[in-house]
Amino acid sequence: MADTGVDKKRRRFLIGATSAVGAVGVGAIAIPFIGSLTPSARALAAGAPVEVDISKLEVGAMMSVEWQGKVVFVVNRTPEMLAKLPEIVPQLKDPTSVDSLQPTYVDKETRAREAEFLVMLGKCTHLGCAPQFRPEVAPADLGADWKGGFYCPCHGSRFDLAGRVFKGAPAGTNMEIPPYYFVSDSMLLIGENGAAA
Amino acid sequence: MSLLNWVDARFPLTETWNKHIAEYYAPKNFNFFYFFGSLALLCLVLQIVTGIFLTMHYKPDAEMAFASVEYIMRDVPGGWFIRYMHSTGASMFFIVIYLHMFRALIYGSFKGPRELVWLIGMLIYLALMAEAFMGYLLPWGQMSFWGAQVIINLFNTIPFIGDVVSTTIRGDFVISDPTLNRFFAFHVVAVPLILVGLVFVHIVALHAVGSNNPDGVEIKKLKDEKGIPLDGIPFHPYYTVKDIVGVVVFFIVFFFIVFFMPEGGGYFIEHANFEPANALKTPEHIAPVWYFTPFYTILRAVPDPWYGTLAMFAAIAILFVLPWLDKNPIKSVRYRNKAHLINLAWFAVTFIVLGMLGVMAVTDGLKELGTRGTQIYFLFFAITYVHSRPQQANYLMWFVILLVSVLFWDFLRYDSSFTENQASLFWQMLLLPIAYLATTLLLPHFIGGANREKEVPTRVTG
Repeated sequence: MADTGVDKKRRRFLIGATSAVGAVGVGAIAIPFIGSLTPSARALAAGAPVEVDISKLEVGAMMSVEWQGKVVFVVNRTPEMLAKLPEIVPQLKDPTSVDSLQPTYVDKETRAREAEFLVMLGKCTHLGCAPQFRPEVAPADLGADWKGGFYCPCHGSRFDLAGRVFKGAPAGTNMEIPPYYFVSDSMLLIGENGAAA
Repeated sequence: MSLLNWVDARFPLTETWNKHIAEYYAPKNFNFFYFFGSLALLCLVLQIVTGIFLTMHYKPDAEMAFASVEYIMRDVPGGWFIRYMHSTGASMFFIVIYLHMFRALIYGSFKGPRELVWLIGMLIYLALMAEAFMGYLLPWGQMSFWGAQVIINLFNTIPFIGDVVSTTIRGDFVISDPTLNRFFAFHVVAVPLILVGLVFVHIVALHAVGSNNPDGVEIKKLKDEKGIPLDGIPFHPYYTVKDIVGVVVFFIVFFFIVFFMPEGGGYFIEHANFEPANALKTPEHIAPVWYFTPFYTILRAVPDPWYGTLAMFAAIAILFVLPWLDKNPIKSVRYRNKAHLINLAWFAVTFIVLGMLGVMAVTDGLKELGTRGTQIYFLFFAITYVHSRPQQANYLMWFVILLVSVLFWDFLRYDSSFTENQASLFWQMLLLPIAYLATTLLLPHFIGGANREKEVPTRVTG
């Protein structure tokens, strides 16, 4: 062996080829491991739509329902609340919801199918906390300018009563509207767009 | 000692003992700040031992986790004691680590030839933060849940792939049982293994280059005829005995907390965490545990989710490159100019203020203060670079450059929708970064005494 000399070129090739095959092997074996971290079949199956009875929701009040493990806010907005929505437009980041997520059939400003009922994911678009429903005007802790809306306790993001984000908030977009439709006057189905979409 | 001989013929036992303990020569002038390395090691051991015993009773299941922690607290003999040692140990670990890092900062221990010691140490710090974050989810209380919600959603802000990344971390579309189960695996097996490995490498790297000291003098430069540093003393028995004093004081503080204020006033264990996790209701005020709050304030200071996340991670990442920013050959603050001392003082105060802001609810004034603190935090690294060569530095030019960059950031965030109060706070607090730049750049420019460096002695003092 020793007297035949060393073919360095061949040795380099063999080291390179072995390393490459090894790297591919590590990459391939990583796929099932990383795959095991993604949602399981059971988690995927938990996405069924939910029915919500809104007949008992008083005017001006909010209820929270769970859908796919997330909170959905349903607010029965008063005419005064709706009247205030156009007034605050200059203070909003995205008043006509151009950059925000909502089904096409909701109005971009009232952000609802039927103006009085706001159906919205209770999830701050900043980092996912559930904002508080603060319909009162000018409470002590939120300041005299507050006209009612949602306040996120985590990082202080503010949203109006249509879930539209105010300027200066850490959140970038308006709160998300899930797919939903009215099965009847008193029954709401969250999670499907419905035939009328 | 025939048994020892038998072992030594098969394993370098005596050799290792001598190399790292009995004949490891450390500078003789270590002071108070040099307790925290060995105390950090003590914390690691405490966390591992208490953690193992907690694992014997804890159930990593969303249905059972909260109840199993209460079971440990009420029904397991001594369970409350072990659990409070573990929760207090986490906070004490960070106190010790922050002081340990501060020591490296003031005495220049991160500089050559100890860059790798610093880099490995920063990796340990990162692993420790991951470990603490995942451990905090396990009791499955309200703060566990919503804290994790916020941190995992940080990854959601990454453009394009954010959704996939955060879903893969959670193992579900929301934080739920799979998330808890895998955090348990990471917290109990994966990260501790990494931590122990990194600590081992940290010490090996340190012992290869030797310890720094408060004078920043390299003791290896002057050795006696046996090759022993003139200013060195063997780690054992000198520093083992010294460190025992530190351990005793540490334990007095530690057990005072464990026995008399185990929740640490709501900072070590937050009050909302005594309520089981509820996905439908965010607690009134949510704040991370105190050791994350400086970075949390930086996150809040930026009014955009993705840039906020970037700023937060940048605040940690920039510490990694410190050895290549501060090129001043003088290591210790003792012999640097006054402006450097002032710079370090600003940084320490800013870090503490950012930390305090992170546990408070956001008001206009605190939000503005957080933004100004964030600016000073990042400016510190630029100033540190400028102070590398104090005699040649063009302080006026740097003052203008850095002031303009502050004003540019302000220009980007100033908005006509600011209320009167917000606008006036904006202008008032602009004084903070200006004062910072003035005391670190204008002062050494105009007052020679503030720019003068002292001669570094060849031997350690005291």
